[in-house]
Amino acid sequence: MAPVKVFGLKMSTNVARVLVCLEEVGAEYEVVDIDFQAKEHKSPQHLARNPFGQIPAFQDGDVVLFESRAISRYVLRKYSKSAGVDLLREDNLEEAAAVDVWTEVEAQQYNPAVAPIVYECLIHPAMFGVPTNQKVVDECVEKLRKVLDVYEARLSRHSYLAGDFLSFADLSHFPYTHYLMATPYASLFDSYPRVKAWWQGLASRPSAKKLSADMSF
Amino acid sequence: MAPRKLYGMPLSPNVVRVAAALNEKGLDFEIVPVDLRTGAHKQPEFLALNPFGQIPALQDGDEVLYESRAINRYIATKYTEGPELLPTPSAKLEVWLEVESHHFYPHVSPLVFQLLIKPMLGGAADPVVVDKHAHELARVLDVYETHLAQNKYLAGDAFTLADLNHMSYLFCLSKTPKADLVASRPHVKAWWDDISARPAFQKTVAAIPFPPSA
Repeated sequence: MAPVKVFGLKMSTNVARVLVCLEEVGAEYEVVDIDFQAKEHKSPQHLARNPFGQIPAFQDGDVVLFESRAISRYVLRKYSKSAGVDLLREDNLEEAAAVDVWTEVEAQQYNPAVAPIVYECLIHPAMFGVPTNQKVVDECVEKLRKVLDVYEARLSRHSYLAGDFLSFADLSHFPYTHYLMATPYASLFDSYPRVKAWWQGLASRPSAKKLSADMSF
Repeated sequence: MAPRKLYGMPLSPNVVRVAAALNEKGLDFEIVPVDLRTGAHKQPEFLALNPFGQIPALQDGDEVLYESRAINRYIATKYTEGPELLPTPSAKLEVWLEVESHHFYPHVSPLVFQLLIKPMLGGAADPVVVDKHAHELARVLDVYETHLAQNKYLAGDAFTLADLNHMSYLFCLSKTPKADLVASRPHVKAWWDDISARPAFQKTVAAIPFPPSA
């Protein structure tokens, strides 16, 4: 079986979301770099894979996909049984519903609070020489506190977000949280002991440790 | 059997997203009002259903769920009657579910808020915000136009949850001066004309307490 291809850069958050799933199921994959400097993401070849000109894109034989969460579901569905992992819980309606709720929570509640902090504190200065917009950061920190209040309560009742089992909902938090930890706002988690313990558990997984080595700006 | 309870405001497009799915599946439900204007969504009673204090939430027997897209996945998976909204495996369907969430929604939602909801609350649309999101939504819909020239529905030949998740906001958009974003794109328009004519959706919009057109 030919390794699947992930088009993008290893340090990209959304690429890492797919890679952590591939690592968890032990699938063979190769990362094909996309050269943003050369505007490769807007080339006809890449637009044929991702019409929005973004990364990641993904190829498994004839199957070409984009949107990291869609790619991740495909990967988890394809490889889970043979890998002996069950990160979507699709055989159990109630558990799958919990995974879907918390996957949406990451996308609609957590990400909008965390991503701008990562962009303003790390990406804009390091990659574009643009200074941090502190007003944006402060607003997002307030948003994030409210979100973490809910996470703390949730993780006081269950060891993971969807229940007492690791799922895609937890893994989906890995990339942006990894980068949050490289900002001064890592200390926010000190006020949320359950969240902090949950994060440390995720970060110490072999998949996370391996990918972290290539994740810096 | 206790009826399904959909908590929210009947006019809220995220609530209507779920109502549309329930109607496609021919499921009975009641809308339990949660009036955002009175802060009902921040009261302990509602936070017990959705700790993030947002509408909708769905109660189906013992199951309580929130996040409209997660609720719709649950409805599509649990109920086998009616159209197959989430046939598996469908990698293409998953892609377009995410496209709705991360490309369409981030621009159509502020547009609908500025042009429809804010005026209803006595405010005025902010032209800078409207222009920015209309411009971005136009670029997104250009991608849809190309895709729908090759595909009758977003996931291929059949209507699925990927199409359905767009409908509440497409309906609201059609009531604003930015309706031309859809109307000016032949394949997007044809797709919208087709899916909005579905009997279940006609039933859904009949229940939306829309004020007389401005």
